[in-house]
This record gives sequence, C-alpha cells and structure tokens, in this order.
Amino acid sequence: MSWNKKHLLDIESLTADEIVTVLDTARAFKAVSERAIKKVPALRGRTVVNLFIEPSTRTRISFELAAQRLTADIVNFSADASSFKKGETLKDTARNLEALNADFIVIRHSASGAPHFLSRVVNASIINAGDGAHEHPTQALLDAFTIREHKGKIAGLNVTILGDILYSRVARSNIWALTKLGAKVTLCGPSTLVPKTFEQMGCRVMHDVDEALRDADIIHLLRIQHERQRKTMFPSIGEYTSLFGLNKARLAKTKPDALIMHPGPVNRGVEIDSEIADCGRSLILEQVTNGLAARMAVLFLLNGGKGPQEVV
Amino acid sequence: MPETSVILNAHAIQRALTRVAHEIAERNEASAEVVLVGIPLVGDALAFRLGKILSEIWKLPVPVGVLDVSMHRDDLDQRAAPTIHPTVMPFDVTGRTVVMVDDVLFTGRTTRAAMDALNDFGRPKKIQLAVLVDRGHRELPVRADFVGKNVPTAITEKVRVRLDIPGHADEVVLEK
Repeated sequence: MSWNKKHLLDIESLTADEIVTVLDTARAFKAVSERAIKKVPALRGRTVVNLFIEPSTRTRISFELAAQRLTADIVNFSADASSFKKGETLKDTARNLEALNADFIVIRHSASGAPHFLSRVVNASIINAGDGAHEHPTQALLDAFTIREHKGKIAGLNVTILGDILYSRVARSNIWALTKLGAKVTLCGPSTLVPKTFEQMGCRVMHDVDEALRDADIIHLLRIQHERQRKTMFPSIGEYTSLFGLNKARLAKTKPDALIMHPGPVNRGVEIDSEIADCGRSLILEQVTNGLAARMAVLFLLNGGKGPQEVV
Repeated sequence: MPETSVILNAHAIQRALTRVAHEIAERNEASAEVVLVGIPLVGDALAFRLGKILSEIWKLPVPVGVLDVSMHRDDLDQRAAPTIHPTVMPFDVTGRTVVMVDDVLFTGRTTRAAMDALNDFGRPKKIQLAVLVDRGHRELPVRADFVGKNVPTAITEKVRVRLDIPGHADEVVLEK
C-alpha cells in the first residue's frame, strides 16, 4: 500500500506498487456502486472541475458520477461553451477555476503534456483524462482492474493490443501499466500505425493478426483515431477490417478463454464484428462500470492527506 | 524498539471473547435478530470469532459482516489515503440488532464513522458496540456496550491487537 501523489498525470511515472494500490482501492469503491445508497461522504466539501477541451462523453460522465458518489461538487467546463473560443489561454482558464477554489481539475486536451503544464501553474490536483496521443491513465487503470478481476492476476498474461497504436493514448497508458505489472504485451496493426519503435517500450510488435492473437489471454481492440491522423495511414477502412478486424473466424483461432476489451467508442463492423462486441467474452460494458470505480479510487487517493499517520 | 508489555495473551483473548459473547446473548433475547459487523483490520476477525461462540450458545447461525468505515472518517484529509477494505454485508440490517465489533475503542471516531457507514445499508433496530479493549481518551460521546478489558493508557501509548499472524501467538500489547 503506497500512495503519496498529488496529481495523476500519467502511468509512466507510477510504480507497480502504486498501480496496485489504485486497483485495490477501486475494488472497495466498486462495491459502493452496488449498494442501495451509492454514495459515501469521502470527498464532502471538495470541488472537482471537469475541464474538457476535447470532446468526450464516457470519460466526462464517468468522472462526473465518480465525484458525485464521493459527495464532491462537480462543475463541467467544455471547450465549445467556454472562453477558449474568446481567446483565453489554458493557464488563465485554469487559474480562474482555481480562484473559485477547485480542489481537482480533470483535464482532457488535444495537446500532449497539457496536464503536466497545468500541474506546474495551479495548486489544485490535476487528473489527466487524456492528453493528445500521450496518455489516458484512468483508462489503463480501469483496464488493469478489469483484467485482474477476470483473470485473478496480471503478471504473466499475454495481452495483445490491436489497432491504431500510434495515435492512441489508451495504448500508451496500457503498455506502461501492463508491462509494469508483469504482463507480456504484443502490439498489432498496420505497420504505419504500429511502428517497430514501440519495441523500446518493452512490447512485441507484429503485423500478422492471427499470429498476434494466438497466445493472447486478453485481446484489447482500439478504434482508428481518424481525428488524429493527418494523412491516410492505410488504403481503406474496408481493407483494415478485412486484415485486422476481429471477426468470428479470427476469434475461433484464439485461446477459448481469451477475453475481448475495447475502450470505446466502438465502431461496429470496423475493428470488431457487431455480434462479437456483444458476446459473452466481451468485457466492453464491464470496463465502463469499472471505470467509475477506478476514477472514484483515484479521486479518493489524490485527496489523501499530508503524510502517513496512525489510524486511530 | 518501543517498550512493550502484554495486556492479554491468546488464552485471555479467548476468555474475554467468550465472556463478551455471553453478555451479548444475555442482553439480546431475540437471538434471530442479531447480526455481527466487524470493522477491519482486526474487528472483522474478532467478529467471526464472536459469531462462532454465539452460534454455539444460541444453537443458531449468527450472520457476520465486514464494514469498512474509511470512506466515512472525519480525518480523511489529515492523513495519507488509508487502505480501504472491501465491505461484505451478506444480510439486510433493517430491523436487526447490529453488534459492531472493533478491536480497540479509543477516540470514538471510528465508531461514529461506522454508524454513518451502517446507515447506508439500512435502518437497524438497534446498534450495539463490542470491543476487545477500551483504552479511554474519548473525543466523542461514545461508549461500548460490551468490553473485553478496560486498559488505562496514556494518550501517547499505542495498543496493538495481533490476531492470526502466522508463527505468532495472538496477543494484545501496550507500546510505551
């Protein structure tokens, strides 16, 4: 049990022990959401600001509900309705939010490093809810939580991440988290989207999907991030689907207990066949449920005090 | 190493629990209404032990739950994030007599948090408190219904209850 961080900026800077602390804490918070009264007073009187400069539904709602279940107050702030359009800088916006005594700022931004920048200019705790193609730490935490819940462990598992790795912050955060926890990570997709340079992060890189899925215990699918691609990285969506999409025939060649994950939003018929997305081996909706628990755990841990003290 | 003295050895712990179980049985005639709820880290182990003795007295299984109270504490922002343990409440507390079980009664703040936490699960008919050691120094108007042993302490001392530690006999020690 160890945790003394003020911000959650990325997974890269967390230790395995700290990741496990979040997962253990999340387990208790998952139970809170299963009760008749789904609320605890742990963050009573705290204020959380959702600063989403890039659109998001699931992550924003998940943080919103997480804060509410901890009895914090939450304010949503989105790019289209805000003063960004009027030319205010990120720093000024954040300092204005701080002047309103926000204790936590949950930020999503299209620029990598935006949360790190904020953590240097304001006093509030900063939580990265996705920065460009860099990291999406709470997604990796909820994914690790989901894997551990189903497989009982993470060390030694084979996890294959399939799809657009290059532009995916989910992939980067997952690679950090899973390798720190001892899983063997394989990346697969078109060579333009899965360059060999990822081997430096301690993963295998493959371009043959059947080969990459053969030993997988977890198949982690990613969406093609059209919004981040500046040029066409593969000839057509149809070709991507036929070469890399997860369909029945491909799934039949995997281990029978391999489980399917996807951070959403799912593009049915592109990276995954519609019926597979809804099959018994798919954990996609459980990931959403667990996301709430993981985000409650993160808010709770970041709120923790000034140093170790005896529990009396 | 702090100076320590043993307040209760394994035998004395068991004897204290047996007496507390009989007191619980004496106070609660409607035995079918009673459930035990232990507060981690040590109270849950004590609750299971008490439950076993009580079910022998009543010839009736006594349900035991585990209630983590850390999310309801009033000192969350004064210390590092505490370890949270899963709460397991395999029964409805509404209308039951809930005996909360903790190892040491000290400031009373854990007990207050436990009563708040319990309210989220329903409205018990009665809440009672059983502790292995009452060491005094209350900061809230809280008292125990059942006490294994009263131990006068200085506020700087620490009372440690060690149960089920492999290779170690159960004991309660006072650290100066």
